Amino acid sequence: MADQSHSKPIHHQEYEKKQHREEMKQQVLTFGLMILFTIIAFGMVIFEVNSYFIIPTLIILAVVQVAFQLYYFMHMKNKGHDMVAVMMYGGAAVAALTIITFTSIIWW
Amino acid sequence: MSTAVAQKRGLGAVIWDYLTTVDHKKIAHLYLVSGGLFFLIGGLEAMIIRIQLMKPDNDFISAGLYNEMITMHGTTMIFLAAMPLIFAIMNAVVPLQIGARDVAFPFLNSLGFWLFLFGGLLLNVSWFTGGAPDAGWTNYAPLSTTSPGHGVDYYVMGLQISGAGTLIGGINFLVTIVNMRAPGMTYMRMPLFTWSVFVTSTLILFAFPALTVGLFLMMFDRMFGSAFFDVGLGGNAIIWEHLFWIFGHPEVYILILPLFGAFSDIFSTFSKKRLFGYSAMVFATVLIGFLGFMVWAHHMFTVGMGPIANSIFAVATMAIAVPTGIKIFNWLFTMWGGQIRMTAAMLWSIAFIPSFTIGGMTGVMLAAAAADFQYHDTYFVVGHFHYVIVGGVAFGLFASLHYWWPKMFGKVLNEKLGKLAFWPFFIGFHLTFFIQHFLGLMGMPRRYWVFLEGQGLATGNLISTIGAFLMAIGTIIFLINIVYTAVKEKKADADPWEHGRTLEWAIPSPPPHYNFVQTPLVRGLDPLWVEKMDGKEGMTPAEPLGDIHMPNASILPFTISLGTFIAGFGFIYQVDDPIWLIAVFAGMGLTLGSMLTRSLKDDLGHHIHKEELEEDIKKGVGK
Ligand code: HEM
Ligand SMILES: [Cu+2]
Repeated sequence: MADQSHSKPIHHQEYEKKQHREEMKQQVLTFGLMILFTIIAFGMVIFEVNSYFIIPTLIILAVVQVAFQLYYFMHMKNKGHDMVAVMMYGGAAVAALTIITFTSIIWW
Repeated sequence: MSTAVAQKRGLGAVIWDYLTTVDHKKIAHLYLVSGGLFFLIGGLEAMIIRIQLMKPDNDFISAGLYNEMITMHGTTMIFLAAMPLIFAIMNAVVPLQIGARDVAFPFLNSLGFWLFLFGGLLLNVSWFTGGAPDAGWTNYAPLSTTSPGHGVDYYVMGLQISGAGTLIGGINFLVTIVNMRAPGMTYMRMPLFTWSVFVTSTLILFAFPALTVGLFLMMFDRMFGSAFFDVGLGGNAIIWEHLFWIFGHPEVYILILPLFGAFSDIFSTFSKKRLFGYSAMVFATVLIGFLGFMVWAHHMFTVGMGPIANSIFAVATMAIAVPTGIKIFNWLFTMWGGQIRMTAAMLWSIAFIPSFTIGGMTGVMLAAAAADFQYHDTYFVVGHFHYVIVGGVAFGLFASLHYWWPKMFGKVLNEKLGKLAFWPFFIGFHLTFFIQHFLGLMGMPRRYWVFLEGQGLATGNLISTIGAFLMAIGTIIFLINIVYTAVKEKKADADPWEHGRTLEWAIPSPPPHYNFVQTPLVRGLDPLWVEKMDGKEGMTPAEPLGDIHMPNASILPFTISLGTFIAGFGFIYQVDDPIWLIAVFAGMGLTLGSMLTRSLKDDLGHHIHKEELEEDIKKGVGK
């Protein structure tokens, strides 16, 4: 890997460096946000906030964290991950359909 | 004497080779032989069912045994015959069609096969240990949770193990098709068989987990005293039905889609024409896969889901007929104006069109929820699904085997015998199942041990049984053909049908174990045809001749699967006596130990060197 980048032209190297710096910034930012979300989540539980409010909020926070994880830390926002995205959304859709069925048809 | 010893050692070496192989072409042979064997066992069970129903009030077999027969017939045919036979074709053809040297995970490929085989064996051991499963292939609770003996336990463990194998196989093909296509083979240049295997693998990935979950719940209810499906303890029996059909309906499309793909390739080859409406075909395949997940509750119209749920699922179900219709018309238009050659493969394919269409038509009838209250659980349903499964899947398997047999075994199946096998099977099939629609409409319920005199059902059932015998004759002729071809026929060319269009026909029959000396460059849809039209002999290589990296053989997939087989018995019998937990621990020990070995021991594969390749080219491999 390392010697590969040596063989690249200078301007290309610089471009990549800039890209990496940008990437790093985003990752630190999302990392910070994720810690913040976690503190909020725990805080709400500790201070026993009303459960009608806390449950949906926790779910929303969890979904956002999963999205951060996938898109920023596992690089789904980058190119070449379309098929991965299709598969994951497909799987999520099937799972959601199952849950909807169980809650609406069986247990309702 | 000495030659006998040499031959014996030869046989031992061949067996060891197959036990350890990770070559997709040999795994295809393994799937074909074991799937074929289970097909014969399932066929035998079918004959016993038909003999029992030959005349009113028959007592050929007892009521209990009859329940075991219908359960094992359905389970065997779907999970142990149709699925592995499809996997055989997938393994034999897909890597060749995309210009790859093997699948993405050769080790997992072998693991998937052995898990399937040991699961299937476990299921069939039940015949000898006091009774096979007897709650139907759908295994509805509470019939299954209260079924005495261990039959249903075998169903649960056997399907769990072989299901894991299928899931592994499906993921493997997904990754293979996404990542291993030769340079130039974009998604929209993939042959339709590869496309449909791609969609099928996605369905496997999403549908099988529902079965896995259902089987786990069933396992805990039966073996560890939980009550997921026990209404008396606050459970709900309907949960099983939903989980089963969330898996089960996609499963029927998992069965038919690969053969839709195979038919597309066959029609286009033997009409000497490019497939009509290629992109519409791709679109229809994807759409069928998508809709396949929205319709499972059409199996449960009479459960009492209510009019709103019934209507939604009825409309969604009827919608599937649209992409299916697109396909039917595209096949017809492919043949229209083509130079049709009536080979045996083509005969099966053409017979498929009207047969399957009848099945689709009765499907739409069943999808009308209000009408289904009449049809449900009668022989009308039995008629429907045999028209789609035999008329679609079985015909498709016969067609594919004829078409790709030279690629798998190096010899073209005898055409005369092939056609001779077709006619009794085809006529027998319609005799057996067409009349069943009317038996159903006259009120004959499915899964009943006997019908009575004076109900007007005798003639229809007799005709149906006669048809079944004709199908058996057709199957036997096909088997004879295999032996005859192996002994008498001569070696096939790389392109034995002469009008081969896709990559598999660019390499020898059977291909060398690395498939392509040099990865081919794909310049369009039907890549080989494109080169032929440019007046070239074969494919243009996309890489210089060089060393080829290949995976090593391994016995570990076999031992991993053997461990699950042993543990399966342990799980089943620890209910009676905790001493059987030893089998659980021994089996799981073997499985996990083999996995550990695999993780810790580096296996980097081996190289085939340029010099060896040059030797092979001299012998005519590169072409
Ligand atoms: C136009 C397409 C289709 C439609 C509208 C359709 C509709 C239906 C409906 C509504 C049922 C439930 C009947 C009942 O139990 O009352 C059914 C059963 C069944 N169908 Fe289809 N179907 C279609 C295609 C297929 C295909 C392609 C296959 C397999 C290759 C298939 C296999 C089955 C099986 C195995 C059952 C019976 C399951 C059981 O209860 O044991 N169907 N179909
Ligand atoms: Cu269905």
